[in-house]
Amino acid sequence: MRQSSIIDIISPVMIGPSSSHTAGAVRLGLLASHVYNSPIKKITFKLYNSYALTGKGHGTDKGLLAGVLGLSVDDTRIKNIFNSEIAKNIDYKFEFLEDFNRHPNAVDFIFEGDLNMEISGESIGAGEVVIRKINEFSVKFTGKLNTLLLVYKDAPGMISRVSTLIQNENINIASLHCDRYAKGREASMCICLDGELNEDIIKKCETFNDVYIVRYIKKLES
Amino acid sequence: MKSTTISTFSELLDVCTSENKKIYEIVQANETALHEISEEELKRMVKHTLDAMKDAINTGLKSKEMSMSGLCGDDCFRLQKRFEKKPALFGNLYEKITTYALATIEENLRMGKIAACPTAGSCAIVPSVIVATSEQLNVSENDQINALITAGEIGRIISNKVALAGAVAGCQAECGVASAMAAGALCQILGGTPEQILNAVALAMKNLLGLTCDPVCGLVEIPCVKRNPFLAIHAVTAAELAISDIKTKIPLDEVIDTLEQTGKLMSPMLKESSQAGLAKTKTAIQLEKKLLNN
Repeated sequence: MRQSSIIDIISPVMIGPSSSHTAGAVRLGLLASHVYNSPIKKITFKLYNSYALTGKGHGTDKGLLAGVLGLSVDDTRIKNIFNSEIAKNIDYKFEFLEDFNRHPNAVDFIFEGDLNMEISGESIGAGEVVIRKINEFSVKFTGKLNTLLLVYKDAPGMISRVSTLIQNENINIASLHCDRYAKGREASMCICLDGELNEDIIKKCETFNDVYIVRYIKKLES
Repeated sequence: MKSTTISTFSELLDVCTSENKKIYEIVQANETALHEISEEELKRMVKHTLDAMKDAINTGLKSKEMSMSGLCGDDCFRLQKRFEKKPALFGNLYEKITTYALATIEENLRMGKIAACPTAGSCAIVPSVIVATSEQLNVSENDQINALITAGEIGRIISNKVALAGAVAGCQAECGVASAMAAGALCQILGGTPEQILNAVALAMKNLLGLTCDPVCGLVEIPCVKRNPFLAIHAVTAAELAISDIKTKIPLDEVIDTLEQTGKLMSPMLKESSQAGLAKTKTAIQLEKKLLNN
């Protein structure tokens, strides 16, 4: 059995009214913005199913935007985020959809600008979230652990090269999730870590041949 | 003190008995080992929640702003106004618990800051009981923290068996568990033994088995708002019985097994999907249509 803590039971301190529909939305927005990691000019949020139907009443739309703008789940600015200074220079819109092939609380973030990126996530209950897809790649991370994410040209030895760097730092890999578009085409690697990766390792990954995107997504504080 | 892996209430009671310790003392040893932190650091983390609870009460008592749906938000105001004119039958502590509970849960629905304890929809039960009785009995902050640690341990052990989510096991696993946690916390405040505390938990929990989650319009408002003050008072009854050495005939771990079984047997239509129950009454359907057209 996974060791549990009383802290998970008596927290988080959060903006209401719903852990899945408000706090979960903020966390998904935060993770998506860390993956995008570029100045945000234009973003479309696609909310599905329960997120679409009860999202407005739960402030899910506000939570998603607040998260993308970097606010944490207990930030009192979430409530009035649409009128907030920090949301002024961003072109954002929401679409509310039904698609029962998708999770009840699913959302797509469509970032447009110097970098275009589409990120999908789900709020899976009690404020816990998971990022499932980045562009056409399937990934899996929750923001509970530090995560190293790479998109690269599929070739033998890449996983070994990256994992060796991590091993040399004496950091344990908690989970590893890989996917690819087709043999020899773009591939993705999503590594969740028990420790803290230092800046040098991330820079080293960026110097590897045929690596297109490297992101280090730190675990969420609350 | 060494840490012990505890996953059932009988294990918790065994450790308390063999080491002659309070529940919160056992939890402190386990949590400091788990997070690799000092006792002060753990207390600081728990105090962070306690402070947020008090802030939510104080903010909520002053507001009558409605929720985004416009369905709820001014009941705490009504209750305070009435108590000013005519005191509650059960006295000052009753007034405090019920107004604090409404203040907190209404603060939640108007997008204020609360502590999810264990969830947002049940966030008012534990704080209203701990904060109101602590004011009434002049309980020190340290003892309030110990009460909240006790509540957390109760929720943690239950969550090892049952996910504390309406979608998984109905409201018995949210407001029901919150009431059981509050009962245990109050029993701790009143100086109860570990055995009395666990009896309080069992008595509260047994009485809430089968509680469904059927929110109108899918929102954390109807019936959640009023359920919070109801189940805060329910927790007081459980603690009063338990502290008088009234015992559960069904052991607490078996009650939790029953909570799990009842959650599994409960129709998915009554587990936070708003497909049945209050959510599908004639009036609820009309409210839903009105909200969607807004």
